[in-house]
Amino acid sequence: MTDVSRPEAEATAAKPFTPDQAFRPPRNQWWDVWDQFRSHRGALLGTLVFVFIILFVGIGPWIWQVDPGFIDIRSRNQGPSWSNPLGTDQLGRDMLARMMYGGRISVAVGLTAMFLGLLIGTLVGVLAGYFRRVDGILMRTTDLFLALPLLPLLLVMVLLFRDMLARNFGEAAGVFVLIVVAIGITSWMQTARIVRGDVLALKEREYVLAARSIGTPSRRIVSRHILPNVLSPIMVSATLGIASAIITESALSFLGLGFPPDFPTWGRLLFDGRDWIEQYPARVVWPGLFISLTVLSVNFIGDGLRDALDPRIRGR
Amino acid sequence: MADPARATTEPLVQVRDLKMHFPVSRGLLGRKTGAIKAVDGVSFDIMPRETLGMVGESGCGKSTTGRAVLRLYDITGGSIRINGTEIGQMSQSALRKHRPTMQMVFQDPQACLNPRMTLAGLIGEPLDEHTGWSRARKLERIYELMDAVGLNRNFANRYPHEFSGGQRQRIGIARALALNPSFIVCDEPIAALDVSIQAQVVNLLEELQEKLGLTYLFISHDLSMVRHIATRVAVMYLGKVVEIAPREALYADPLHPYTQALLSSVPDPDPETAQQVRRIILKGDVPSPANPPQGCNFCTRCPAVMPVCREIEPETREVAPGRFVACHLHDASVPTSIPTGGPTPGGASTTNQQGGSS
Repeated sequence: MTDVSRPEAEATAAKPFTPDQAFRPPRNQWWDVWDQFRSHRGALLGTLVFVFIILFVGIGPWIWQVDPGFIDIRSRNQGPSWSNPLGTDQLGRDMLARMMYGGRISVAVGLTAMFLGLLIGTLVGVLAGYFRRVDGILMRTTDLFLALPLLPLLLVMVLLFRDMLARNFGEAAGVFVLIVVAIGITSWMQTARIVRGDVLALKEREYVLAARSIGTPSRRIVSRHILPNVLSPIMVSATLGIASAIITESALSFLGLGFPPDFPTWGRLLFDGRDWIEQYPARVVWPGLFISLTVLSVNFIGDGLRDALDPRIRGR
Repeated sequence: MADPARATTEPLVQVRDLKMHFPVSRGLLGRKTGAIKAVDGVSFDIMPRETLGMVGESGCGKSTTGRAVLRLYDITGGSIRINGTEIGQMSQSALRKHRPTMQMVFQDPQACLNPRMTLAGLIGEPLDEHTGWSRARKLERIYELMDAVGLNRNFANRYPHEFSGGQRQRIGIARALALNPSFIVCDEPIAALDVSIQAQVVNLLEELQEKLGLTYLFISHDLSMVRHIATRVAVMYLGKVVEIAPREALYADPLHPYTQALLSSVPDPDPETAQQVRRIILKGDVPSPANPPQGCNFCTRCPAVMPVCREIEPETREVAPGRFVACHLHDASVPTSIPTGGPTPGGASTTNQQGGSS
């Protein structure tokens, strides 16, 4: 945890000064971050809910060993019972199992696509903001992507690449890669713009000049002084990104261009349940609730993390 | 650092004809339509262990000079020699090796510290960049520096926002000292501080200079503080140095009309003598550095302007040992009719300050 407690450090560092009572050597910053994060009630609750969702979709299927694709047409449209805690759908498939399997894909797509979009957005934003030479071309590219109508673009991408990817990665994995990439490369523009704006302001700050006067090279100025200070907007777009990724995936599934129809995802379940909403509202409520919970918990985690990472807010 | 044999003979910092022009571009295509001549032909020497004070009004190019000397900008022209190395046209990557010898203390101690780094991280940054020391060794050096600038070692984990202005400036000074520099540019280090803290910081700077043999370029608009700390003083006006002289001589007998006006603006704490002081009040504004006047830069506001001033730019001459001034009044080759103090058509007047007359 601390440097001085290491044996070789003790030999050199303990000699020249005698610390007083309150003295403590520099402590790892992440402990302060954790202390602050713990004190943020919303973030803690969000973490609990998110862990619950991860466990639900991650190890849930190991416990509830029901095949989500098993059709039992005689017991269709059942209400909650011991054998089907969340009831069954119009083909008699167990809703709980479908929620678990569907969540696996939805959460995985949401997180991966968010990370991809965040990575591209931050990279483009930082490069455009920090290096004036590439600013024009990168921001015009961003504008170009913003101007593209996304849904038709996604449709074209899916049509063009689905078979090729399915051949190379297998049916499900191919579609997964395709959807993640498609959502990722169509959702980075907002992040890029926000990050660029912040970087433009930050790089004129005096501490960046001070770092340059010390001889810090550009890459370390970016990693040490710029990136930590643009963390808040990145956090915010990350939490919003998960939500929109899950929903975009649902929209694609709905259009029949996402995962194959027998493949449950939360978006798919939502749209399947849409036709029966008046008779069996629970079928829409469950996937909707889980999407909302995921988005909300990630949002709270992001909020807590942002506060915890800002030393000015920390300790308040 | 500097060996004594050299100390007496060779200046540590030698700036010759330094020019820093910022391009002005207009229109859709970004054509260059001119340049802001923030620094336009500045020359000076700084001897080892000496403090050169640099004074002048806002916008005259003091800070730009300081930053250009450290090559925080890519200069337009001129030469900068520090410790015998020409760094004027050196690339930034080659310059990195020489950064440890020259450091800077910034004006705004709040703005020059990254709010997300702890004090140990901030002071340790130069060490991270230029030494391959172990963490323990760096920590030891950080504590040493904190002691040197009078910061409690318990503060190592704290963040800049938890400190007062004076303490932050101490952090800035500790950062500048981390690599054992020989030359430090102090860019208005006291301008953002309270008067009581100003004295502390200036005393700290003096103490460190004595202990570590530092050389300062002390930029300030506070004439009395410069008088306190500087060995020699350079006066800047509109991107040019108009006068350089040892402190005592400059304050006792300013030669350039601008220096005279500047010094007469210093408030006198004694009301009796204050009544006697003739304040020279300059009329008009400083001309734009994008379009300086022909001839002497000061000719539009000079109380002693002569026709020659509007045509020929005065050269910097050594009028007395160690005293340099750029003014036709002190050029024997120019026929002059030294004006008396009275109002002149030059656009400025000298008034006898009485009560609340200004």
